[in-house]
Amino acid sequence: MIILDRWQEIYDTVSKNKLRTALTGFSVAWGIFMLIILLGAGQGLKNGFENDFKDDAINSIWLWGGETSLPYKGNKPGKRIIMKNSDLEYIQNNLNGVEYITARFNRWGETITYKDKSGAFRMRAVHPDHRHLENTLVQSGRYINDIDLKECRKVIIIGRKIKDVLFGDEDPIGKYISTLGINFKIVGIFKDEGHEREEEIVYIPITTAQKIFAGTDVIHQLMFTTGEASVEESFKIAEQVTSIMALRHGFDPADKKALYVENNTEEYENIMSVLDAITLFVWIIGIMTIIAGIVGIGNIMMITVKDRTREIGIRKAVGASPYSVVLLIMQEAIVITAFAGYLGLFSGVFLLEWVSGLITDPGIFMRPEVDINVAIMATLMLIFSGAVAGFVPAMRAAQIRPIDALKDE
Amino acid sequence: MIEIKGLNKYYHVGGRPLHVLKNLDLQVNSGEMVSVMGSSGSGKSTLLNILGILDDYDSGTYKLNDHLIKGLTEKQAAKYRNRFLGFVFQSFNLIAFKNAAENVALPLYYQGVPRKERIKKSEEMLEKVGLYEWRTHLPNELSGGQKQRVAIARALVSDPKLILADEPTGALDSVTSGEVMKVLKEVNKQGMTIVIVTHEKEIAENTDRIIYLKDGETANETL
Repeated sequence: MIILDRWQEIYDTVSKNKLRTALTGFSVAWGIFMLIILLGAGQGLKNGFENDFKDDAINSIWLWGGETSLPYKGNKPGKRIIMKNSDLEYIQNNLNGVEYITARFNRWGETITYKDKSGAFRMRAVHPDHRHLENTLVQSGRYINDIDLKECRKVIIIGRKIKDVLFGDEDPIGKYISTLGINFKIVGIFKDEGHEREEEIVYIPITTAQKIFAGTDVIHQLMFTTGEASVEESFKIAEQVTSIMALRHGFDPADKKALYVENNTEEYENIMSVLDAITLFVWIIGIMTIIAGIVGIGNIMMITVKDRTREIGIRKAVGASPYSVVLLIMQEAIVITAFAGYLGLFSGVFLLEWVSGLITDPGIFMRPEVDINVAIMATLMLIFSGAVAGFVPAMRAAQIRPIDALKDE
Repeated sequence: MIEIKGLNKYYHVGGRPLHVLKNLDLQVNSGEMVSVMGSSGSGKSTLLNILGILDDYDSGTYKLNDHLIKGLTEKQAAKYRNRFLGFVFQSFNLIAFKNAAENVALPLYYQGVPRKERIKKSEEMLEKVGLYEWRTHLPNELSGGQKQRVAIARALVSDPKLILADEPTGALDSVTSGEVMKVLKEVNKQGMTIVIVTHEKEIAENTDRIIYLKDGETANETL
């Protein structure tokens, strides 16, 4: 009953001093609003980057040959390093930590024809494991398999976009398309959650490509995943693969231009740590903004107490204890901060949701959001900050001597 | 009701103590209506603050309703004020954003009286001072005399032992002054002890006894 009464007392005070209350609340609402917006934007950036990485396996190491830039064992710089099928076999059999492995043989812009329709598309000749490296999702039919490789079958997997261009509503599975005068049978359609361009690609078995286009065992790229390896472990694996290749192809392992080794794990970790730094930065800014808000509230409460000196004096004269005055002021501060903060929180989340809905083409910014933990934390912080904001003014109020407060002007 | 013996009060202004109340003796019996008169600087406001437990004193004793009032903590002082005293001020001191009934009910709030009972009691008190119809009006919608009657109702609502009135008619014209005094006298008739501080002779003459203060000492008392 008494507790309910205190709420009633606060409600009376607040509702009869609307402007003062509104001014007080605004600074906190604004602080929380900004924090939510900033955090949401940070998360959006993070989501965007993470989506970008969805294209490729994040724990992968990619190799492609270059030219030596350092002399090695009597060889002058400028020697081209060309990888072969045997390199893949050797790595597969001798390097620990390799999960999926594939080679890649690229053809850029081959004209592909189906009946009267045609288009120029990228062609990748690969091993079956390639689907894990590129995160290729088979939508219908199947991917390249080991039998395709063994028999050098003329089968082809096409991207969703190509199907749209060449076939429209027709089902392409089992149909034949031709490129360079050779007919390939379509066995699968895939989609890729990364870039749209990734869906304008066709895949064929690498053995088939080597036979048709080059007649050799040359591979352009070699990629493998490192499973559950940590960043440090992936560093080691990248180092090992470099020294293996250096030995096999005769170049200085320190020669960065002979063989390009790209460790995606490292990249991913780098970008994520940058994003974590951004998140931290956002928190710092947000908290600073809120502190500014708290100081604002404290200030206004201070003025309020001054404004209410006479009222507090009256209350004390009729029997209010110092404790009840402290409680009155602090509870009012907490109520105002909590309510205003909640309003800021709500409108911030609402704005994020709205913006999120507007983004149709996710670039590096998608799904700005704040998670529930952040919201809970923000709420707790609000109540705490309300208490902080109210404390000093409340102590000041408790020290008001009725005899001074009630002096006639 | 009030028993003051050998009370001394000093103010420390600029390092030199100022002796405001000098070895004061004072007795007010239960049911009495007493006025305290004196020129400004005579110490009557200080005396009132001490009587109202709003200020402490340096030596001597002050007993209120047989309780020694000395060196109390703020909390105790608040409790005693709440239980024993009702204040009526010259400038009314009503809370501007509370209506008449809410103002009257405030002391009961600090006594922990349930809301319904508070409202009932405050309305009763307003009826007593003839302002029941005005119970939902804010102080600035009331005349000076009405405000003071609300203040009297507030002083009475907690059922105090003593009412302290500080220049209760100081801000009122003679007609409304008369009304307020009438209310106070009626309350006194019902057994309430009242101490009025005033400089108006007509007001003082309306009380049972006048205590003259001069330079912090009681000059003479008339019956």
